[in-house]
Amino acid sequence: MPMDEIALDNGHDAHDHKPGFVTRWFFSTNHKDIGTLYLIFAIIAGIVGYGLSGLIRWELAQPGIGPMLWIQTNFFGLEGDAAITAAKHFYNVVISYHGLVMIFFMVMPALIGGFGNWFVPLMIGAPDMAFPRMNNISFWLTVVAFLLACFSMVVPGGPGGNGFGGGWTLYPPLSSTIGHPGPSMDLLILSLHTAGIASILGAINFIVTILNMRAPGMTMHKMPLFAWSILVTAVLLLLALPVLAGALTMLLTDRNFGSQFFIPNGGGDPVMFQHLFWFFGHPEVYIMILPAFGIVSHIVSTFSKKPIFGYLGMAYAMVSIGVIGFVVWAHHMYTVGMNVDLKAYFVAATMVIAVPTGIKIFSWIATMWGGSIDFKLPMLWAIGFIFLFTVGGVTGVVLANAGVDHALHDTYYVVAHFHYVLSLGAVFGLFAGWYYWFEKMFGVKYNSILGGLHFWLMFIGSNVLFFPQHFLGLQGMPRRYIDYNEGFSTWHYVSSIGYAITLVATIIFFISIAEAAIRRRKATSGNPWGEGATTLEWTLPSPPPFHQYNELPVVNTKGGH
Amino acid sequence: MRHLTAALSACLFAAPAWAALPEDGALNFQPAATRIAERVHEFHNVLLWIITLITALVTVLLVWVMIRYSKRANKTPRKFSHNTTVEVVWTVVPALILVGIASLSFPNLYYQNVTPNLGEIAATSKSLLANGRTAEHLAYTKNHFPDAAEKGFVNVKIQGNQWNWTYTYMDINDETGAPLEFVSNGLHKGRPSDPVDVGPRNLATDYPMVIPAGRYIRYYTAASDVIHAFTVPAFAVKTDAVPGRLNEGWFLVDQPGVYYGQCSEICGIDHAYMPIEVRVVSQAQFDRWAELMKIGDFDAAVASVRDLAALETETQFASSN
Repeated sequence: MPMDEIALDNGHDAHDHKPGFVTRWFFSTNHKDIGTLYLIFAIIAGIVGYGLSGLIRWELAQPGIGPMLWIQTNFFGLEGDAAITAAKHFYNVVISYHGLVMIFFMVMPALIGGFGNWFVPLMIGAPDMAFPRMNNISFWLTVVAFLLACFSMVVPGGPGGNGFGGGWTLYPPLSSTIGHPGPSMDLLILSLHTAGIASILGAINFIVTILNMRAPGMTMHKMPLFAWSILVTAVLLLLALPVLAGALTMLLTDRNFGSQFFIPNGGGDPVMFQHLFWFFGHPEVYIMILPAFGIVSHIVSTFSKKPIFGYLGMAYAMVSIGVIGFVVWAHHMYTVGMNVDLKAYFVAATMVIAVPTGIKIFSWIATMWGGSIDFKLPMLWAIGFIFLFTVGGVTGVVLANAGVDHALHDTYYVVAHFHYVLSLGAVFGLFAGWYYWFEKMFGVKYNSILGGLHFWLMFIGSNVLFFPQHFLGLQGMPRRYIDYNEGFSTWHYVSSIGYAITLVATIIFFISIAEAAIRRRKATSGNPWGEGATTLEWTLPSPPPFHQYNELPVVNTKGGH
Repeated sequence: MRHLTAALSACLFAAPAWAALPEDGALNFQPAATRIAERVHEFHNVLLWIITLITALVTVLLVWVMIRYSKRANKTPRKFSHNTTVEVVWTVVPALILVGIASLSFPNLYYQNVTPNLGEIAATSKSLLANGRTAEHLAYTKNHFPDAAEKGFVNVKIQGNQWNWTYTYMDINDETGAPLEFVSNGLHKGRPSDPVDVGPRNLATDYPMVIPAGRYIRYYTAASDVIHAFTVPAFAVKTDAVPGRLNEGWFLVDQPGVYYGQCSEICGIDHAYMPIEVRVVSQAQFDRWAELMKIGDFDAAVASVRDLAALETETQFASSN
């Protein structure tokens, strides 16, 4: 949306009344403050999730049980076989919570809660979210959910010790009382219920805001792509999370009240849980990546100084990814014993997703084509995203084929695939958004040299970390293993070195935040990116006033895509 | 002990098809030991070409626009945002590529997932030969094995337990009619007290699954507690063992040897320590092993299939007959 189509009227008054600290940050109803809270929360949860992945890579750097045993011996005073058993359980706990924390408490809060809250109202010209108090509840329920998850890590879980060690997918019977009799799993169910309620409320808020509060003249087909991505994401959340909640509730009653939904000797079926879980779980992976799609679209357009190529195709590609995302879930379950015709259907449906995804990749490149590209930091992250997401996407096409998946299912090939699309895709999208909007959100400039170092080390490190895992998977290295045969040593070692590189990158990221906070290079204008940045948030000062758009901006109805 | 050492050295130094182990630093699949695995590898190689070319195309385009349309090289951006032709092309061409992939994928999937009808295979082979259609017969026998089909299935039930496997040979019964059944434990548990020279670490078992070479194996997976998954990478088969269900699969291995796999569905503390060891032996050796197992002399039975060098000679002898 070119800026000249927009009648600029920020309408903010000189006295920007902000409430006191406690009211502002603990009882917040302001979408920008809640967005900031979500980002802070996601950073804290990210430290936890990333720390857990550090434990995984530390353990797997060499064959045999090493660091996990060291932790049990030195921190928990265990010895002999007891320490080894505890170490094995602890490793399972670490991988389970790494997944859960990263998905539910890092990526989702950052992309949807953080950037969604901050920029959907700004981009569509709304003064705030439709339901500001519900927005507040969504955030604090997410915090409660995270605390419950942390709590569940330290109360008795399985036979080997504290915490739930059955993987983030929570498959019964391992997550039933037979596998994990302790209260850890019950707390985890409560945690995910709570996180689910928070996300559903947030989704309702976004849908209502986007459908009803767009500035005059902003039709759906003129709405910025990030708002589109959040709209599709919110619809997916609204439809998928209740299914997870149902599955979790059945698991809860199985565990506590004698029902037997997933217990075979009572006529239940463990595979039913997997169907319900993945009916949620597959849309969930799109929930994590779609907002990144939206962010990358804006960045590519901004720094190419060109309107986004094929706007409608881009928007409806996301819609179709969302729709098809609901009918492909069982490709996570090819080995579970499904009818072969059913597998064939899921193969076909899954591969169809490659078409809209391809449209997005090519449209980004076409947006850059003919542009005048400025390689500022957000653009580096966005280009990194496009490349890495392509690598992760094409291995998805390999895995979509059930015949090949029988060889690769539950191996490191799958681990490499989903980390390429999430840890490198969604997270690169996240950092792209972070640097793109940093100055807008906080009113200070980041240090480009530190940011550049962060990008290059992260790009190199995460490739060194995850690319060799394809080789491990092809050789047959199973997922979720604390120990492995020496035949897997080299690539595991390389992978752990990759982690160490990303660790340096992450430290630089925090240094760059501290540096920006200390040096406080004030933003000089509302739009640091120049002519390419055409969405409404750039018409506001940085940081935007506490209440923006007291008089609604009017979008020129004559223009369009 | 001498046998065990021999087995270990055989594992390490014998021809590749002999011991299917992960190979340090390898980039691709373990060598295929079944027709299923061969077909998976062939198909995967095609896929690998396709995805490499697509990634290369995207990379080249990205690098090209980064160089050609950097702000230094192109001061004034153009303003176009539509081009119907390219949009149609990049929608239709990927769709066609996917149709191509699917046309390879489905036959592969049905081949490995539908347990073959042995009577039909034997009959088809006979009728092809009887009609003198030798070329077709040759093509048919690439994927189907009439000689093995004549002999019927060897049926094995594979049950996952926390944390070992129970193998039941339903058709091999002792005097009481009870089927041959035994539990196979991994020899390593990640402990300092683990034995050292008993075979590859985390892969070797006390009582391996033993099957005859060149026979159709039909297996059923089940589980007694939580979900496990039976897999042997060299066979390219993987089937979950789910409590309350009986899943079915099949494979046929020609080359005698030892093949290793590992439980592939997280199942608790010792998930990494319930390996699968499959020893493929000659029919004669299989029969002898089964006899020894039936009378309860497990150690003698295992010893009879441990010495791979002896296996090779005997098999060659058997097959040359």
